[in-house]
Amino acid sequence: MVYVIRRLLQAVFLALVMSFLVFTGIFAVGNPVDILIDPEATQAERVRLIAQLGLDRPFHEQYLIFLGNVLQGDFGNSFVYNRPALGLILERMPATLELAFAAIVIAVVLGIPLGMYAGLRPGSAGSQAVMAGSILGFSVPNFWQAIMLIMIFAVMLGWFPVSGRGQVGEFFGVRSSLFTLNGLQHIALPAINLAIGHLALVIRLARSGTQEVKAQDFIRFARAKGLHESRIVLVHLLRNILIPIVTLVGMSFGGLIAFAVVTESIFAWPGMGKLIIDSIRQLDRPVVVAYLIVIVVIFIILNLLVDLLYSLIDPRIRLDGAKQ
Amino acid sequence: MSETAISAAASPDVTPPPERPVWRIIRDFRKSPLALFGLALLVVIIAAAFLAPWITPQNPYDLRSLNIMDSRLAPGEVGFSGISFWLGTDGQGRDMFSAILFGLRISLMVGLIACTAALIIGLTLGLIAAYFGGRIDTIVMRLVDLHLSFPPILVALILLAILGRGLENIIFALIIVQWATFARMARATALSERGREYVEAAQSLGLSQTRILFGHLLPNCLPPLMVLYTVEIASAIALEATLSFLGVGLPATQPSLGLLIANGFQFVLSGQYWISVFPGIALLLLIVAINLVGDRLRDVLNPRNIT
Repeated sequence: MVYVIRRLLQAVFLALVMSFLVFTGIFAVGNPVDILIDPEATQAERVRLIAQLGLDRPFHEQYLIFLGNVLQGDFGNSFVYNRPALGLILERMPATLELAFAAIVIAVVLGIPLGMYAGLRPGSAGSQAVMAGSILGFSVPNFWQAIMLIMIFAVMLGWFPVSGRGQVGEFFGVRSSLFTLNGLQHIALPAINLAIGHLALVIRLARSGTQEVKAQDFIRFARAKGLHESRIVLVHLLRNILIPIVTLVGMSFGGLIAFAVVTESIFAWPGMGKLIIDSIRQLDRPVVVAYLIVIVVIFIILNLLVDLLYSLIDPRIRLDGAKQ
Repeated sequence: MSETAISAAASPDVTPPPERPVWRIIRDFRKSPLALFGLALLVVIIAAAFLAPWITPQNPYDLRSLNIMDSRLAPGEVGFSGISFWLGTDGQGRDMFSAILFGLRISLMVGLIACTAALIIGLTLGLIAAYFGGRIDTIVMRLVDLHLSFPPILVALILLAILGRGLENIIFALIIVQWATFARMARATALSERGREYVEAAQSLGLSQTRILFGHLLPNCLPPLMVLYTVEIASAIALEATLSFLGVGLPATQPSLGLLIANGFQFVLSGQYWISVFPGIALLLLIVAINLVGDRLRDVLNPRNIT
């Protein structure tokens, strides 16, 4: 419990530091008045707008006002949509989370069996193909891979739609495009595109984990006890290779949300990533700042969750870092 | 043996042991045909990019040499002015082969400059953190941890959102993204090197700290960092391409591979695949070649692999 509180305090401190850095960065770069104001405005109008926005106050005061507003959930209005920036981000978040979730599922469901197979039969042609594929999966630039997926599966073969998010279905109160056929068709290509890099990572981890664990005594003991091979692999082996994979999945969920920027832009997936790219291009600062703070908070929460998950899977790891 | 071998490889002023470690490294490297292939590919790509202005059929950014009548020709077609375009042309009648070589130049240059600067910064900070320990170490490593807990693309995006697009800005963003990786690796290596006898010997000789740091510790930390440097160049190039593709990286006057692919994207939907596909293949080949070489270097330079 002490550990959780300490981590939470650290997290709050980190969020504060990040908000300061972002604010300083934005502050250092230029004057939003230049964007907001009509170029033909008089000097008096200009001064009034500056005062109205609080831009004439000293830096630390501006930061404190900004911080106070942020703590009340007010990130200012988007210059482009003229709506609260936070609202814009939050309403696009489900689409991004859904995409990241689908990608994780693909990476884990395919990656663990393939990696374990490659680890159990290292010399076989199949496992060499798996490993070669995973090296390729690492190297292919994600955005180009997306274009290739569109070209082959949407334009040439016509199996999937080129872009967009399909119908959204509702299931037990959760609204997601994973619940309709049309939605699944739309999410397939972007999810695969987002998954491939992580699939390659999961394969590598599962393979090296399997190779390490399968030589250990408890596996030999399980064999000696006469346990069925499938039980050895599915229970004893799988459980012991899961830790690095869970870490990866947890850590990479944040990375997936960040990397979804690329996938979302190409597939016109209406998530947070597409919003941030559009906002950067349109110099929509409130949205950029809000996105950054939201993503920092997501990251901090994810890191905390991963640490907590560790101890559930492997009770030997004590949260306070003490050795047993 | 391996330790002295590596230290001698990095600092030529040490008296050479019976077999020069450089030769051992080259000999070991050559044992892998895949890595040799990667190296050959890399040499060809770098040479082609370097020689681009002399070997391309046209200067793709000299507007006088472009002909709008040649726009979007399929690969292999012969243009209005009699040049045959082996990789087709883009929307402005630009020869894709020439554009790709010029794009490679920019991509390579950005990756090299950014990574080298990041290496120097990270290495210096990592060494200082490891050697002096204490508060300096804590501060540097906290910064590194903070940095590495955010994905590179996000950090770069934010920086470019603040700075705007441009050549200097993207190089700056890439340096910021990468220094922490080098710093962490440099610190870890230097920590394990610091306890060795040669450092103690240098200290008892009364050498200055700067000299021990950069004359003794640094050369011995280089091998693993060179491997990291190689692979990080690949990821810097990929990241630059991604950012440029998204329209927040290089401006249109500096057409790297990412921009070429972005320009071709709109034509993919109408079946004119070559404008996007070929620059992508060039990018992929470059990254794969660098990674193959880096992978092999890792094996060859790792003392544990030498028996």
